Amino acid sequence: MSSMFEIRGLKSAIEGKEILKGFDLKIGAGEVHAIMGPNGTGKSTLASSIMGHPKYEVTEGEVLLEGENVLEMDVDERARAGLFLAMQYPSEITGVTNADFLRSAINARRGEGNEISLIKFVRLMEGKMKELEMNPEFMHRYLNEGFSGGEKKRNEILQMMMLEPKLVILDEIDSGLDIDALKIVAAGVNAMRSAERSFLIITHYQRLLNYIKPDYVHVMMQGRIVKSGGPELAERLEAEGYDWVKEELGIVDETVGQA
Amino acid sequence: MSTPTTSFGREAASAIARSKNEPSWLVAWREQAGEWAATLELPKPEKTPIQRWTLNVQGVHRPGKTVAALAELPQAIASMLDAQGDGAVIVQHNSSVVYTRLPEDLKAKGVVLASLEEAARTHEELIRAHLMTAYARDEHKLAAMHGALWNGGVFLYVPRGVEIEAPVQAILFADDAEATFVPHILVIAEANSRVSFVENVSSALGDTDITLLHNGAVEVFAKAGAHVQYAAVHHMDSSAIDISYRRAVLDNDGRVEWLIGDMHEGNTLSDTKTILKGNGSTSDAKIISVGTGQQRMSVTTGAVHIGRSSESDMVTRAVMKDEATAIINGVTKIEKGATKANGQQTERVLMLSPKARGDANPILLIDEDDVKAGHAASVGQVNAEQVYYLMSRGISRAEAERLIIYGFLDPVVSEIPLEVVREQLQRILERKLG
Repeated sequence: MSSMFEIRGLKSAIEGKEILKGFDLKIGAGEVHAIMGPNGTGKSTLASSIMGHPKYEVTEGEVLLEGENVLEMDVDERARAGLFLAMQYPSEITGVTNADFLRSAINARRGEGNEISLIKFVRLMEGKMKELEMNPEFMHRYLNEGFSGGEKKRNEILQMMMLEPKLVILDEIDSGLDIDALKIVAAGVNAMRSAERSFLIITHYQRLLNYIKPDYVHVMMQGRIVKSGGPELAERLEAEGYDWVKEELGIVDETVGQA
Repeated sequence: MSTPTTSFGREAASAIARSKNEPSWLVAWREQAGEWAATLELPKPEKTPIQRWTLNVQGVHRPGKTVAALAELPQAIASMLDAQGDGAVIVQHNSSVVYTRLPEDLKAKGVVLASLEEAARTHEELIRAHLMTAYARDEHKLAAMHGALWNGGVFLYVPRGVEIEAPVQAILFADDAEATFVPHILVIAEANSRVSFVENVSSALGDTDITLLHNGAVEVFAKAGAHVQYAAVHHMDSSAIDISYRRAVLDNDGRVEWLIGDMHEGNTLSDTKTILKGNGSTSDAKIISVGTGQQRMSVTTGAVHIGRSSESDMVTRAVMKDEATAIINGVTKIEKGATKANGQQTERVLMLSPKARGDANPILLIDEDDVKAGHAASVGQVNAEQVYYLMSRGISRAEAERLIIYGFLDPVVSEIPLEVVREQLQRILERKLG
């Protein structure tokens, strides 16, 4: 059986500097994978390259979602195919309300002639916002404008919940969240777990994994996965840090592409 | 009848005033303006060579047909009115005011809404005390020409403490390119009154090689504690030139909110300035503009702080397409003695084509130490990061750019107080942005 999501030999560069140096990963349907690693090891580059950020240039490899190579698609097509990236630094966009934005996104998926009715949309959005304990006024606020760090993260999860993607990438979704917000965000993610949906969770800290239990944990260094294991790997990393991994593998400098 | 284009001066101004049988004080006042028109220089807006524009146009007096009911107005005008509405309305068609409606309850409270020509007879004292005192006849040649030629026009007087709930709407419409189309709008809001005013300037000139010159002016006087919201949408044919000088003078705790949509298809000189004379007075100016084709636009906002603890905020946002050029100026002036004043300004230009040009010139002139002032300016293309973000949620590139561009202009569009005008502005935007 082919994997639901597979990354093969992915190489990616920013401003001519290669960051991902042949990245491989298979994720089965319904699985939750966590990627951990110190700063500067290429974690966010991985997320941005999969989604198609214009600053990153993929030079080699394939990213297959249900067998289709998403690297041949435009960013919007990737999203409509079922990819979702909860971003570390979401853009602020003046004049575009959260509601208008999300309705456009949902309708882009549903296609012309099949648009969601306004009433249905509002009910859906209100319901999901309630789950995330978001103030209803955020519906009509300009997209991310003036949101605090934690509000932006919640808003990313809100989008995930409304768009119901097949493969969710969470890029440092825990940074800037206090423990209460972290629990709410994690509950939102857990509510979305299903046999058809897979997750790739990128995080710096093990803390998030106390609330979202991964099936597999991978350690990233020098632009590739250097070690994989189960949830116990995350616990050991939390307790002992990354030095033992470096020692075990003979790595002196774990970073990649740093000046 | 051909349009006289040379030798405009005292005598010509006098002849026009007399032919309209204007009161003698106004005839003399016009003669003085005519004299200045002959000698004064054109204004010199930054980087905009308006001396190349066809500005030496007086036009001829072409009054529109006065009507008794809204239903009798030309369709082009009626479409800009709320058919169900019962608020105050005044309509200028070419060179004269053709319709005025003022609800009885407002009349009973002492509100006056009339053509400025009529008010010059009925409210001489008020008019003489205010008319072209904020925008002086001798400021430059265009001001002097405006003084000599203004016609039709609007006079709105809101007595002390009166709050007008529904916005007052003024429609200024031209469909005769040879007409003198020089409306002057004078708003006097007495102490602690409140009013919202919405103005449309538009035209239907058809195919013509005659230049229609809209040499318009607005003066708003907000007395102590008065609040005036002034919204305007300008959209004329490309053969027309839009000259619009807007001035507000604020007494203690007075407030003005400008919401301007400079959507004209032709060359535009727009200058919106607030004089914060009174202590605690506040001004908020939001201006949007879309340039297409080969348009040349000069859009200036200004705030002059004289009163203590006066506050101004000015935001101009322009989207430039094709080969259009916009020079966006913001001038915050804080006079000596205006302690605790706060003047902020932002100019943003979004360029949608490599041949479009946009300049943002923020200027702060500060003669007092104990103040706050700030500015932000940017000229750039649609932000690639924002496009990526929207696309990452499944929205196509074209739709993402559309959302961002409309969003860029939304802070003005969404605040226009009359739905019919807001919708009209939306339609203009859709046409201009394509």
